[in-house]
Amino acid sequence: MIKTSGLRKSFRSGKTTVDAVRGVDLDVGDGEIFGFLGPNGAGKTTTLRMLATLIRPDGGSALVAGVDLMQRPAEVRRRIGYVAQGGSTWEEVSAREELAYQGRLHRLSPAESRRRAAEAIESFQLTEFADRHCKTYSGGQRRRLDVALGVIHRPALVFLDEPTTGLDPQSRAHMWTEVRRLRDEGMTVFLTTHYLEEADALCDRVAIIDHGAIVALDTPAELKRQVAGDVVTLGLGADPGPLGSELERAPYVREIETTGTGLRLVVHDGPVAMPQVLRCVDAAGVPLTSIELHRPSLDDVFLARTGRTLREASS
Amino acid sequence: MTLARDTWLVFTRQVILVLRNPVWVIVGIFQPLCFLLLFGPLLKGMPQLGGGDAYQVFVPGLLIQLAMFGTMFVGFALIAELRAGVIERMRVTPVSRLALLLGRCGRDVVSLLVQSAILVGLALPFGLDVGPGDLALAFAMLALIGLLFSSFSYGVALVVRSEDALAPLLNSVTIPLLLLSGILLPLTLGPGWLRAIAKWNPFSWAVDAARALFAGDPGDPHVWKALVIVTVLAALASVWSARRFATSVR
Repeated sequence: MIKTSGLRKSFRSGKTTVDAVRGVDLDVGDGEIFGFLGPNGAGKTTTLRMLATLIRPDGGSALVAGVDLMQRPAEVRRRIGYVAQGGSTWEEVSAREELAYQGRLHRLSPAESRRRAAEAIESFQLTEFADRHCKTYSGGQRRRLDVALGVIHRPALVFLDEPTTGLDPQSRAHMWTEVRRLRDEGMTVFLTTHYLEEADALCDRVAIIDHGAIVALDTPAELKRQVAGDVVTLGLGADPGPLGSELERAPYVREIETTGTGLRLVVHDGPVAMPQVLRCVDAAGVPLTSIELHRPSLDDVFLARTGRTLREASS
Repeated sequence: MTLARDTWLVFTRQVILVLRNPVWVIVGIFQPLCFLLLFGPLLKGMPQLGGGDAYQVFVPGLLIQLAMFGTMFVGFALIAELRAGVIERMRVTPVSRLALLLGRCGRDVVSLLVQSAILVGLALPFGLDVGPGDLALAFAMLALIGLLFSSFSYGVALVVRSEDALAPLLNSVTIPLLLLSGILLPLTLGPGWLRAIAKWNPFSWAVDAARALFAGDPGDPHVWKALVIVTVLAALASVWSARRFATSVR
């Protein structure tokens, strides 16, 4: 759905040049939710705006929805939807009017535009306030309308720039449901986020971007597996003795180390390894006082790839 | 064809927005109304202006002033729309970029003509007298001046992109143009050097033309010359602004 190679963009501010995006290679498949994760200023929005035809790349090439971005941006515009970060509606019109108007801008007939508006109001659950003016909407209601506007022409691909930033947890969960629904209807969703949990829970694949370059790209599970593996910490009431060497030989254990209170194991798949570890401890007859499983987060991935945590990078 | 359709689409939406919040149209006509009602009676007492015919001279000037000031500041609305994200939303649709400009200018010209009609209507009881053909020609000229200033204002708004910079910039253009156009008082009252500078002000020609029309003299050479001047200027401003739209609202 998207294929880019060496996409670049620099901005001049005064005499200094800032390389906002320096050579991004991406390959987004059909029908996936693709997440672009990175701290503020990493180049997420710039990349997304380039792909959505809003700013012209300085170099590189890109195919977006099967069309050459550099050669035929107007055709790209017909095939994609775009939802900006800061909202996109006038204050004194209603959701129903905005949706129908957006359909007209996409060259749909007046009747078809009205029909699609009614459908979108239904499917995005805007019914309750669809005929009130947009200035009365809450943040979550506005965001849902923004997304509905972005997909009124049923594009194959939709870009969502930080769709949940600033939303309360309930509205965020609601937005996740909407995004998954779009994917289930066959749309490819490309979104940016600086929330780790969001990238982890919502996205089929994630690209981590820092200082304008991609530092990691894979499924959230695979990224985490590559970086750390799951850690099982055992608290033992006695000296482990031969238990240590026995566990070391087990195929599911990658690393083992003795701590002051027991053992620390790095395993391939924590939930599967845990019962086996337990049986092993039981068989050795060593009293077990505690057991804890820690699975790595995307923050650990970010830390491993960039040397700092996402929270540090954002501040 | 798509340009006409898109322009109509942008225009109708803009008209809806004005109708729902008409405060700016009312504010826009408030100042010329004050001049008409509070300054006009003073002129009646001035023998240099022909006493009773003062409104024949004063109202055309007020209309030109309305055309300049009423449309000069429309760029503010565009900056607000840029900030609200509505322009960006439209940029990722096939809608014609030129239509985004023309639809807005159309709205500005229409609201200017409505304001002008109100002003003329209110001046009639004070003894203003103008033929329908002359009035139509004067309104055509007003429309061109409106188009000129609104497209200029949008172009400048796209360049500066901030209200703080836009206001002083536009004021420094309009104030000298206004004072050197003889809108408030005919320049024939002024010294020779002032008249010499004013000759270079296109809106001084427009004011003279409007006064000739209100005097029932459409054959006055000021009329066709002013129409040619404002047509050329309106065309230049639209082309420049359309280019700004095309590059910054790609």
